[in-house]
Amino acid sequence: MAQVKDYIGKIKPDWCPGCGDFGVLNSLQRALAELDIAPHNVLVVSGIGCSSNLPGFIHSYGFHGLHGRSLPVASGAKLGNHALTVIATGGDGDGYGIGVGHFVHTCRRNIDMTYIVMDNQVYGLTTGQASPTTEKDIRTKSTPEGTIEVALNPVALALSCGATYVARGFSGDNLHLAQLMKGAIEHKGFALVDVFSPCVTYNKHNTYPWFRERVYKLEDRHHDPADFRLAMEKAFEWGAEIPIGLFYKVERSTYEDEEPALRSGIPLVRQPLERADLASIVEDFI
Amino acid sequence: MAQDTHTELTVWIGGAAGDGIASAGESFAKACSRSGYHVFAYNSYQSVIRGGHVCMHIRIGTHKVQTQGDELDYLIALNQDSLQRYGKRVVPGGAVFYNTDKFQATPDQAGRDVQLIGLPVMALAGNQLMQNTALIGALIQTLGLAPEATRELIRDRFAKKGEAVIKPNLEAFDKGMAYAKEHAKPGTIRIGAGDGKRRPLAGGNPMIGFGALAAGCRFYSAYPMTPASSLLHWLVGYAAKTGLLVKQCEDEISALNMAIGAAHVGVRAMTGTSGGGFALMTEAVGEAGMTETPVVIVEAMRGGPSTGLPTKTEQGDLFQLLGASQGEFPRVIMAPRTVQECYDMTLHAFNLAERYQCPVLIATDLYLAERLETFDGVNITKIPIDRGALIKQPEDGYRRFADTPTGVSPRALPGTPGAVSTTATDEHDEDGIVISDVFTNPPMRKKMMEKRMRKMDHLLKELPAPTLDGPADADLTLVGWGSTYQVMLEAMEVLKQEGLNTNVLCLRYLWPFQAAEVSRLLARCKMTMSVEGNYTGQLVRLIRMETGMAIQHHLRKYDGEPFEPKQVIDQARLLLKTRPKEPVVASVVSDEGLAPDFSPIESPALGAEVSRQR
Repeated sequence: MAQVKDYIGKIKPDWCPGCGDFGVLNSLQRALAELDIAPHNVLVVSGIGCSSNLPGFIHSYGFHGLHGRSLPVASGAKLGNHALTVIATGGDGDGYGIGVGHFVHTCRRNIDMTYIVMDNQVYGLTTGQASPTTEKDIRTKSTPEGTIEVALNPVALALSCGATYVARGFSGDNLHLAQLMKGAIEHKGFALVDVFSPCVTYNKHNTYPWFRERVYKLEDRHHDPADFRLAMEKAFEWGAEIPIGLFYKVERSTYEDEEPALRSGIPLVRQPLERADLASIVEDFI
Repeated sequence: MAQDTHTELTVWIGGAAGDGIASAGESFAKACSRSGYHVFAYNSYQSVIRGGHVCMHIRIGTHKVQTQGDELDYLIALNQDSLQRYGKRVVPGGAVFYNTDKFQATPDQAGRDVQLIGLPVMALAGNQLMQNTALIGALIQTLGLAPEATRELIRDRFAKKGEAVIKPNLEAFDKGMAYAKEHAKPGTIRIGAGDGKRRPLAGGNPMIGFGALAAGCRFYSAYPMTPASSLLHWLVGYAAKTGLLVKQCEDEISALNMAIGAAHVGVRAMTGTSGGGFALMTEAVGEAGMTETPVVIVEAMRGGPSTGLPTKTEQGDLFQLLGASQGEFPRVIMAPRTVQECYDMTLHAFNLAERYQCPVLIATDLYLAERLETFDGVNITKIPIDRGALIKQPEDGYRRFADTPTGVSPRALPGTPGAVSTTATDEHDEDGIVISDVFTNPPMRKKMMEKRMRKMDHLLKELPAPTLDGPADADLTLVGWGSTYQVMLEAMEVLKQEGLNTNVLCLRYLWPFQAAEVSRLLARCKMTMSVEGNYTGQLVRLIRMETGMAIQHHLRKYDGEPFEPKQVIDQARLLLKTRPKEPVVASVVSDEGLAPDFSPIESPALGAEVSRQR
């Protein structure tokens, strides 16, 4: 049985002391240990941002790609070798800002992988500008008089785009978060775990105490994750009370299930290279 | 006029988008390629689904035909517009075929001694849908070609639709033949007998696809964009048979990033696009360079800038390919010159990508990608698959980005026990650990930069050397790259018959640049003229940048249409006769697609006359 220490990387995280991302990293390591997935069979793909440094801090294969492009790389990797456990990680700017086009289509595709977004509602690595999930009227470095745009709703967006596992966690509750991640990794299909992961340096509004006052667990209120309409309703709950937990889960065939090249079940990377009957293709040209 | 047997002849099929020109033209081209003839076909079309003006040029020969040619012997005019545009260009002894249900043609609309062969399609075939088949029948009859190959093609083409479709098409074809036999004189321009060989007929895109399949490509991701879309279509047609995974993506950023993801886990992966899509891929080209991911990118150029000329050809993206992405990293740029090379060089591209773990860019253009050309069969075992350094059982202390004498670090793929590592787009050390964030390490940065760039030195050494085609002691050397190869070869042959001595230097490996070899070849040239499908002479500038050598004279084209042989021939002849001391920069234009009231024949501004000097 694997242990959390098996997933501890050589490099100590360089996040600010108190950063919510520590909790996300710990929860992911715990989830992988509980699922007993060997580190060499895990590929963590990220974009760019504070949270996207995560692959460097976990002992597994990692790909630390471009800003906003973790999902296409992760999708290509999963389609290339679906025997791997593929996890994409990143922040709200990476996933819901520059990369939101990929997010929308990845939800539709239902490739069997997990997407963990460390949502701190601010751009951290670039020192504090407004992000897509910054609430309206919040003052940031780039919006000194308050943001004019309303915040993007990741849970509702994922639901409407066809994601088959949609959850939200809080990095102030690692045990709960680890269970959501575990469910996400085990889920056959595309799973989103949006995580309230406070930025202690640049977001003085959405702080740990701010969340602690507001969050409640959906499972404590007899939420039915099979109920799409209810999930959508809960996704829009934002104010004195904010739900965390599993909003929605449904079984749907994955992209890999339906992709003709993967019907044999053999990962692409293990399929022989010399498969094409070249002589017959030449005949087709005649 | 007496019958005249030629070694080649040219047929144009003109009409509007939606008239089925490409499929009629392809059928005729294939009938010829199956009958022992060499074929070259080029379709000039517009970015519209219905309407506009389309003209397919099909040239057939008893010898290799290098281009679409300059002549027009037989015209199938599917609308009046096409007759007005081209009627007067049909050479004496030629003919115009048309459907009398659509319009009436009068002798003043065509050139001297040109037969007008109008078919009453409705009366003959009972269905206007049979128009093209009936007209092809009349053409085959008039040319005196054997009808069996076309009948066979009709059966092949409609095999899935069954007898209900095959039978009326065969009847329409026969009736078209019979009508021409009865009502028209046999064509006076005839082609000699073919050699009986059934030759493959394909364009650059299918041959790149074929090369990719032969190379063991298992993943193709793309976003539709002309003229790369036909590569997507061709590959998806073979997906089921070959196990290729084809993924249409939300954009080109995703297309290249997905290919990188698949390549990262060990799958041979490719993406294809045109200039605009490649612009979106730009950042990920550097990602492949920095992460040392082997990936093949096809860029089929079209007229730019911006949306530009979506269905037209240009060689305007060389500098984009050279400069794509920030910073410096190893990349290969190759430009196949023929459909055969599209196959060979794609195989080579995959091998180079994996052996040197870097992006390999294949540059083509619409003219090469979408042409149809016969070739003498590919040697399908010529280039074995070489996956480069792959490690299945890593030793202790395995380092993914180990600094080696060649700069190539053996790859252990994700899933391999004992080699767990992170691959980063940030600068990293030999273990893949990011060195950019907390403590930037200048000596380590220098070492890793040199490790990556060192790969280029070794790669350069193994590229096939450029060569001159034609006599070494030529009086004029035509210099170009990629798809202009064959038009230069044709010009060289025609000029030789006039007693003018030229040769051709057409580059196909453009980066890393083979400066020593190119310098050596250029040093021997007496006079040089570049032939490029762009405004600024991008190859000329690259040559100067890398060798310090200037090409003397220049012939350029950026009107969207490919060079016509006559345009190259005329300018080469002019230079050889006048021997100008000062550089001559000429540009040429085609009259394809001009408004019907525009009379190309009478316009002094057109043709290969020097229209711009500086």
